[in-house]
Parts: sequence; structure tokens; C-alpha cells
Amino acid sequence: MALKLHGSAMSTSTSLVIICLHEKEVDFELVPVDLFAGEQKQPHFLAKNPFGQVPVLEDGDLTLFESRAISAYIAEKFKETGYDLLRHQNLQEAALVKVWMEVESQQFHPAIAPIVYQFYVVPLKGVSPDQAIIDDNLEKLGKVLDIYEARLSSTKYLAGDFYSLADLHHLPYTCYLMKTTAASVINERPHVKAWWEDISCRPVSKKAAEGMTFGEKCTLKIKALLL
Amino acid sequence: MMATIKVHGSPFSTATQRVLVSLYEKELEFEFVNVNMGAGEHKKEPFISLNPFGQVPALEDGDLKLFESRAITQYITHENPDKGTQLLCTGKQMAIVSVWMEVEAQKFEPAASKLNWEVFYKPFFGLTTDPAAVEENEAKLANVLDVYESRLAQSKYLAGDSFTLADLHHLPNLHLLLVTQSKKLIDSRPHVSAWAADITARPAWAKVLAMQKS
Repeated sequence: MALKLHGSAMSTSTSLVIICLHEKEVDFELVPVDLFAGEQKQPHFLAKNPFGQVPVLEDGDLTLFESRAISAYIAEKFKETGYDLLRHQNLQEAALVKVWMEVESQQFHPAIAPIVYQFYVVPLKGVSPDQAIIDDNLEKLGKVLDIYEARLSSTKYLAGDFYSLADLHHLPYTCYLMKTTAASVINERPHVKAWWEDISCRPVSKKAAEGMTFGEKCTLKIKALLL
Repeated sequence: MMATIKVHGSPFSTATQRVLVSLYEKELEFEFVNVNMGAGEHKKEPFISLNPFGQVPALEDGDLKLFESRAITQYITHENPDKGTQLLCTGKQMAIVSVWMEVEAQKFEPAASKLNWEVFYKPFFGLTTDPAAVEENEAKLANVLDVYESRLAQSKYLAGDSFTLADLHHLPNLHLLLVTQSKKLIDSRPHVSAWAADITARPAWAKVLAMQKS
């Protein structure tokens, strides 16, 4: 039975799982969830994820939520097929993949998420982005990326000289960030920029980016706030 | 051949405590290297070579240098499946453990740590608590704990009927919530309250707290 992924291709967390599934060459069915209609807060969806968020993965009788738990599950279950995202055959490499997955989760994500939220989601409520929140989080993100810059001067990717799940987890939010004026935080750091160009140009990454159309759904007024 | 595990950190840091409690649960020998955070040791060499983010803890196991407490706990437990408490599962059940580890990291931690900063650390450092931040984070944490209340009505622990890393990761922030005014958020939810009392009573956690006295 094929995996069922409930979510939306334009959602960062759904996109993360889609990218992982494609890298592992795993078949799945995308069951659309209408985020603009609030479908994820309806009882039938809350029964799958009590936190009312996409995505949800169904694999037979197993129902999973939290995109990073889903991607880890897929990468582990299908470790013998597709691209080697976890480096499971090398103890040291596998441990470093986990370290940099946690860095994305605990250092990168908390700084980038509010910025993307201000540019893309806030305007939908008819409010202008809060520049103070953007500036404050860009400063935090800049400090995190300074450490990435140093790291990526000695290794090609975050966990080592190999692309891994740790790099992949950065794709969706950064994809949206790069369409805004905040892209400079990436472009100003040469090793980070080169890393971004590499990971975003992977065929699977490019294909997923085509579905990340949140910005295009906004009005012209909002488009003026982006590049 | 057994490599010596070294933990660099502070017994007062929640992230360090997360690693320490996992080592005690797994009954692993380790050397503890105190990092004097008051003197800013975590922001300088030699610590910064262990963690470029300048945060405790860091772990050395032979040549391997790791940071981020939740990466360290997972490494320790994966590498020692036959020792001490069984903190992980196999097969599909492991996926459920992963889900609730992510819930702790993405939902519980941000609200609980901000709340603890306001109502525990700020008074301790002689700083002024921000009532708006307390209200905002209590509301966020309350929403998360409502989901926990429903979950823990179905199973004794978050991932099922056994204590796992998913529960363990909560201990440091949960402990602080229980010794401040935020305790009311736990006490008002019977299943959460019973779970919190159960996991904070584990001997491994008592050993971590004992380290604060030495």
C-alpha cells in the first residue's frame, strides 16, 4: 500500500517531507489539505494530528506528524534505497548528521521562521510586515549563519563532505526567504551562498520549489513587499 | 574497546541536564567537565572548538565530538541498546517516539523555556519578569498541555506504555515549571500531573539534581 501524505505542496513542512520522499525514490499519494479553509483544524484532521498542522503521513496503520519525525522515519525505513540521507553505515557521520539536524531545529528554524511568517503570512491578514521582528530575527539568523560560514569553509555540506538530511531540512524555509529582500543574509556569506546554490539545484529540490507558490497566491500589494 | 565519555557543561543548564539524565538512565560511565558559564568559558576556547555555537553541553566519545543535547541523547541511546533503561523502541513504535521527541523540541521547549526564563532565571539573576511574556507563553504552553492531557489519557507515557527519550527530554524544563508559579498549568491537568510526578521521581533524575549540590 502506498504512503499517504496529507498536506499542501506550498507548506514548508509538507515540502520538507515531499523532498525527502523524492530523494529516497519512494512512491506516495499527496492528499491535499486546504489550509486557507482551515481544514487542518477540523475534527477529522485533528484525529490524525491533535496539533492541527500539516503534514501527516499514513503508512498502513501508522499515523505520524511533525515533519522532522516523518522525514527521519522515511530516511530510516528506506535507508537501502535512493540517496543516502542518514549515513547509517558510518557511526561518526551518522552522529554528525543528527547534530546538524538539531542545529537546524534549534538554531536556524527559530530565527528564520518569524521572518518568513512576516513576509508571507502576516500580509494575508491585511497587516504590513513588522520590520522590528524581521530585523531582530535577521540579526539572530546572521549570527547563526556566521557559524555556518565557518563550518562550510571546512566541509562541503553541514555534516561533512556529503549531502545529508541535515542540509535537506533547510530547503523549504530558505527557498521562501530567497524570494525576499532578506536573501542578503545568505548571499553575503560566500560559503553559505555556494552551499545554498548547490543544495537548491538538486533536481529533487528544484522540483519541490515549483510547488512552493505561497507568495504567488497573494495580492499585488503583497508582491510589492517582496523582491 | 570502551572509549571514555566526557560531558562538558553545567549541572544548572537544562540542556546539560538532558544529557546527564540519559547517561544515568543508561548506566554509562562518564567524566563530567564543569564549564564556568559565569566566567564565559562556554564562549571561548577550548570549549568553542567543541561547540561553535558556544552553548553547553558538548560530548566527547573518543575522537567524536558532539553538541546539541537531543543529538547527544539519541547517539548515547542508539549506541548502548543493551545497557540500562530501554529508552528507544524498534520498528514502527520508534516512529511514534520520534514524533513525540519532535513535539517536545518544537512545541513544549519554546514555550516552557521562555516561561522558565521569565519566572525562574530572571528573579534568580535579579532581573525583572515581563508579565506580558509570562501571559503569552503560559497561554501557548496551556494549549500544548491540553494535547498532552488527551494523549496521556490514552497511554501512560507519551509514546506508549514505556518511558522513552520522548518523556526524558522534558525533564529539565518540566522540573523548573514545577518549582515556579507555572506549576498550576501542570496541576490543573490530572494526566499531565501524574505523568510529571512519575518521571521526575525517577532515580536517574535525582542523581542529576544531586550534582548541583557538589
